[in-house]
Amino acid sequence: METLTFNYPASRPVSGRAHVGVVGSGDLEILLEPSPDDQVHVTVRTSADGFGEIWEAVLDRFFTRNDLAAAVEINDSGATPGTVTLRLAQAVEESRS
Amino acid sequence: MSRGRTWFEALAGATFDGEPASVLCADESVRKERARFLTVVPDPEARFPRARSGELGLEEGWALARRVHEVVTADDDRGDRRALIAIVDVPGQPYGYREELLGLHLALAAAVDAYATARLAGHPVVALVVGQAISGAFLAHGMQANRILALDDSGVAVQVMSKRSTARVTRRSVEELDEIAREVPATAYDVASFSRLGALHRLIEGVNAEEPDAEDVEMVRDALAEAISSAGHDGSTDLSGRLASPEARQHRDASLRVRERLAEEWSR
Amino acid sequence: MTVPAPPRTKFTELSARERAAALLDPGTFRELIGPFERLESPHLEPQGVVPASDDGVVVARGQLDGDDAVVLAVEGLFQGGGIGEVSGAKIAGALELALRDAERGRTVRPVLLLESGGIRLQEANLGLLTVAEIHAAIVALRYHVPVIGVVAGMVGCFGGVAIAGGLCSYVIMTREGRLGLNGPQVIEQEAGVAELDSEDRRLVWETIGGEQRVATGMVDALVEDDVGAIAGVVQTAFDAEPPVVHRSSQVERYEARLAGIDTFDQLDGPALRALWRDDGGGR
Repeated sequence: METLTFNYPASRPVSGRAHVGVVGSGDLEILLEPSPDDQVHVTVRTSADGFGEIWEAVLDRFFTRNDLAAAVEINDSGATPGTVTLRLAQAVEESRS
Repeated sequence: MSRGRTWFEALAGATFDGEPASVLCADESVRKERARFLTVVPDPEARFPRARSGELGLEEGWALARRVHEVVTADDDRGDRRALIAIVDVPGQPYGYREELLGLHLALAAAVDAYATARLAGHPVVALVVGQAISGAFLAHGMQANRILALDDSGVAVQVMSKRSTARVTRRSVEELDEIAREVPATAYDVASFSRLGALHRLIEGVNAEEPDAEDVEMVRDALAEAISSAGHDGSTDLSGRLASPEARQHRDASLRVRERLAEEWSR
Repeated sequence: MTVPAPPRTKFTELSARERAAALLDPGTFRELIGPFERLESPHLEPQGVVPASDDGVVVARGQLDGDDAVVLAVEGLFQGGGIGEVSGAKIAGALELALRDAERGRTVRPVLLLESGGIRLQEANLGLLTVAEIHAAIVALRYHVPVIGVVAGMVGCFGGVAIAGGLCSYVIMTREGRLGLNGPQVIEQEAGVAELDSEDRRLVWETIGGEQRVATGMVDALVEDDVGAIAGVVQTAFDAEPPVVHRSSQVERYEARLAGIDTFDQLDGPALRALWRDDGGGR
């Protein structure tokens, strides 16, 4: 298991909070809440070691496209980058509802 | 001879030749407290071949239930309630096709039901672990007790699955499991580790678990008498005492925290 | 909170949280100790296992057809639904609170959504202790109110959790569900493939599947894998008379049933159905 953290500058505070997904094989759960500052703080706990660069790429891409100050916690059980991105999008959408 | 049988014959002062032969049953007092002793032992002639080495199988589950319900019914209109003493040395439940087909889960539920029902009806239920206490078998025969006692002996183990099976299922070696058990208390199975979880009423030391002498038997008899008396006097018919122990406050604190939070949010 | 699933949805395609929400009356779902509280297992990270924010069990208060209820839903996709210290305490603790209410004359209808391989091996004896507490709570609570178990699949219900199922007042299964003590793979691993070929799906379901269990009177109802259908049968179970004698207390019946088995005969699912169908099994 690996724990990774990422931070990005962000200006728009997320409006609500969200919980999506399940820590099941090939899936992940995301807890998204407002951030205390102008940043996105992401903590990833992942069952698959050695994929730090891929996480970085996926999260860089997502938070470049989505300017959101949020505290994001990810518990991952081997999801693909596609699934990660999908869940992130679901989380953002849910935070708005 | 199985430890279950050894201790049954020593404590109950009796042998048993009823049916099924794998569930020994005797009514005998423990220092003036009326009690029924129950244990599960190997029966090479058992009807179900996969349950001949002391496993708690189909016949054993329902027979234990019958033996316990008999006591509850018999004492129903008496003032005093006979104690039930489950002597535990079970290698687990049988792995068998017929067992699953014929509802082994229900046979074990029957024993759980009976012991829990007896406890709720005011019978002191005492478990005495003299050997292995594994998984579903221990859940069915022992884990519903008001008081759990265990002999402090290297042959006494409380486990969810045998080491060998666990190693296969988790794809680790037995050595790795031993290592993990040392580092992560949650996975340990020796009796000292189990006692740290706070559910054990007494860990009885200085007794020869395999071949007890007369003194050993008297020591355990005293411990049983104390357990019966203590269970009878605290007025509790549930398992909440397990979580009230100092060990539980330390090593099962998450269990307490969950209950605290549930209670806080229950009626909002 | 996410919108509950629409009707005509496969129950087994829903997460535990969605299943609980789908069963409860619309708008009444209220989760206790939800994911944002992060009351996780303290034992998993030290073993290199990624925890879940809710430890794989959802405790949901709400109403079932207007009556107070609590749904305890196990997430089968997290660690195979294995019960650990926290997830087990959520179930046991909620049942204990329902019992306390019942003793004070306030009925809370308990529903257990059982999707579990049994006790979580990584939490070993902590899991064992908590499952015993679940068993104790079910036996105490069912004096006051029926305890309903639902085994929908796809994980099935095994181990100490299957024993809990055996203690329930009523058990509802789908065809896809399986209820047994040891899982097919464990049996094959321990006893060999001749004892049970775990890859033979037809054989497995014929032995421990929902249809087989209902046909032999070991569970109470077979239901379509559909949210509306399952909600309906759960409701029917609560509206029915509670069992006079719980199945796990039917000692004479089951000892007689077992005595009637010729252990030298080839026995399979269909043969057992024929034997037990007409002996008044079940209710």
